[in-house]
Amino acid sequence: MAENHTTATDKTVPYSTGDSKITDATIAEMREIAARYPVARSALLPMLHLVQSVEGRVTPEGIEACADVLGLTGAEVSAVATFYTMYKRRPVGDYHVGVCTNTLCAVMGGDLIFDRLKQHLDVGNDETTEDGKITLEHLECNAACDYAPVMMVNWEFFDDMTPESATQLVDDLRDGNEVKSPRGATICTWREAERVLAGYADGRADEGPTGGKATLAGLRLARERGWTAPGGSSNADTQKED
Amino acid sequence: MADTLTPVLSDNWDQIRSWQLSSYQRSGGYDALRKALAMQPADVVATVKDSGLRGRGGAGFPTGMKWSFIPQDNPKPKYLVVNADESEPGTCKDIPLMLASPHTLVEGVIIASYAIRASVAFIYVRGEVLHVVRRLQQAVQEAKDAGYIGQNILGSGYDLDVVVHAGAGAYICGEETALLDSLEGRRGQPRLRPPFPAVAGLYGCPTVINNVESIASVPVIIKNGADWFSSMGTEKSKGMTLYSLSGHVTRPGQYEAPMGITLRELIDLAGGVREGHELKFWTPGGSSTPLLTSEHLDVPLDYEGVGSVGSMLGTKALQIFDDSVCVVRAVLRWTEFYKHESCGKCTPCREGTWWLVQILERLEHGKGTEEDLVTLLDLCENITGRSFCALADGATAPIASSIAHFKDEYLAHFENGGCPFDPMASTVFATAGASA
Repeated sequence: MAENHTTATDKTVPYSTGDSKITDATIAEMREIAARYPVARSALLPMLHLVQSVEGRVTPEGIEACADVLGLTGAEVSAVATFYTMYKRRPVGDYHVGVCTNTLCAVMGGDLIFDRLKQHLDVGNDETTEDGKITLEHLECNAACDYAPVMMVNWEFFDDMTPESATQLVDDLRDGNEVKSPRGATICTWREAERVLAGYADGRADEGPTGGKATLAGLRLARERGWTAPGGSSNADTQKED
Repeated sequence: MADTLTPVLSDNWDQIRSWQLSSYQRSGGYDALRKALAMQPADVVATVKDSGLRGRGGAGFPTGMKWSFIPQDNPKPKYLVVNADESEPGTCKDIPLMLASPHTLVEGVIIASYAIRASVAFIYVRGEVLHVVRRLQQAVQEAKDAGYIGQNILGSGYDLDVVVHAGAGAYICGEETALLDSLEGRRGQPRLRPPFPAVAGLYGCPTVINNVESIASVPVIIKNGADWFSSMGTEKSKGMTLYSLSGHVTRPGQYEAPMGITLRELIDLAGGVREGHELKFWTPGGSSTPLLTSEHLDVPLDYEGVGSVGSMLGTKALQIFDDSVCVVRAVLRWTEFYKHESCGKCTPCREGTWWLVQILERLEHGKGTEEDLVTLLDLCENITGRSFCALADGATAPIASSIAHFKDEYLAHFENGGCPFDPMASTVFATAGASA
């Protein structure tokens, strides 16, 4: 407890170095995030998400800003930033496209989808297309195995994918067509998504359905057969989602 | 005898905008909170203890007992931390629950916090699920606006703040002490126990860490009573739970049933194994639980039943693999995952998972020998139980169990000079005429 700082420090943050876009407003938001926690250092992960939303990656200036706000050294912040896979040292495109290649998705088609996208986009793993639009990465399990093979765009679900639907998806993103997640919102940019992860709601929680087909598979079967928990269901006869 | 499927946590998932407060309240939401606030905190703990609820994150530790370990005479603040870092390969129950009905979790958070007398609760959700984060943020805000979170909740004199905290991509943060380090703004590396989090957890203060599904089960236990909950399930594994079927079944998805249903029944409900194929192997609770085969279709899926056949119930993540899948390929990929996700703190795990991948790669590509299998098992023995946390044990589980069940298939790889399986045959689009 002793080495933690219970409040954010007031130390001035140098923000005007290089091409950094971190401003006084960013620093103010960092302090705001720190104030959510009983111990300010807990804010470091959301603050690094905020840095990515402003800078498009974790920059040296972003690391120094976090360090100054929390009273840490740059090395302490770097040690944290390099531990987590969502923090990127190289610039990320407008759309971060992930393909799950953990075992279940891989055998269900994820490996072939990832190979197809590498060819189609002419990039390798964790690389960005020349137009700066798409960063391709293979992912570990994203907790949607009942929709395998799964892809993520800016951390929104794309379910039951095939090599064809995957190439169509990235083409739509590159062409600027509106793309919707089948279980989420209209796709925003990666930087906008990072801002939500920093704790700044974007007012889009009401977009999308309650769940997809697999989410509702057991419930629908129970409804069909009149199965309930002891005491019955208060929802079985009320208005349903489509 | 309860019905075959018993939707409770999932019962409101087909309601219009089930994630909103108004919809949740139409389904009786927050009635349990009112009931709990009229009880003594110790009685809330006793009810959850009596229900027999056991942790749904994998370990199966009795939830009420965990709460009772919080030393109430300790003057430090107490914290509740919800582990919403669902990342165990195959596990996909908490994410759909939070997407469809985040208020079920939020109501549980408030009741659990009241029971252990926590002043702040944290929902640590993995960062890679943007829309889940949105719905949690909105649900917490709605609950604040309704007076369910904040000062003097519903006139009870109880104060609580709830923070939604997004992680940043690290499987290890699902391990409870690594999660605490991560929540403190550090690298997510496990802590040595004791002291246990109940005594010295977040910021060195008494802390309860529970899985999403465990906490989400609390409101209905308070509302309907401990006896109602324990009327479902088996002798030592009470209540209903979410079973997640994925892979080669006709209708994968979430099936909420009493504890103790069998895989044979679940596969039948899900429309059978993929047409034209047979079940080859499956995980009962994610990749860290030893593989089972078609011999185990009638094992009751409760903590004792799965334990009795040498595996673990884990997260009830039933990944179904049919006869088109190469078990060596599957195990190699999981092993690569554990190598990537090892936090690096303990040498047996950090170095051991690296060597496991080297040997398995050789075997999968037909360049191994029978001696490699001996080395592999020896290595597994030297990794298991020799690290701070269970990641290393999880890494060896699929290897040892797959060699036990499918040794001939390992041998066939080097007799064949490579993998005898066609990777296209196992894909969902294999029969759809598509190609890569």
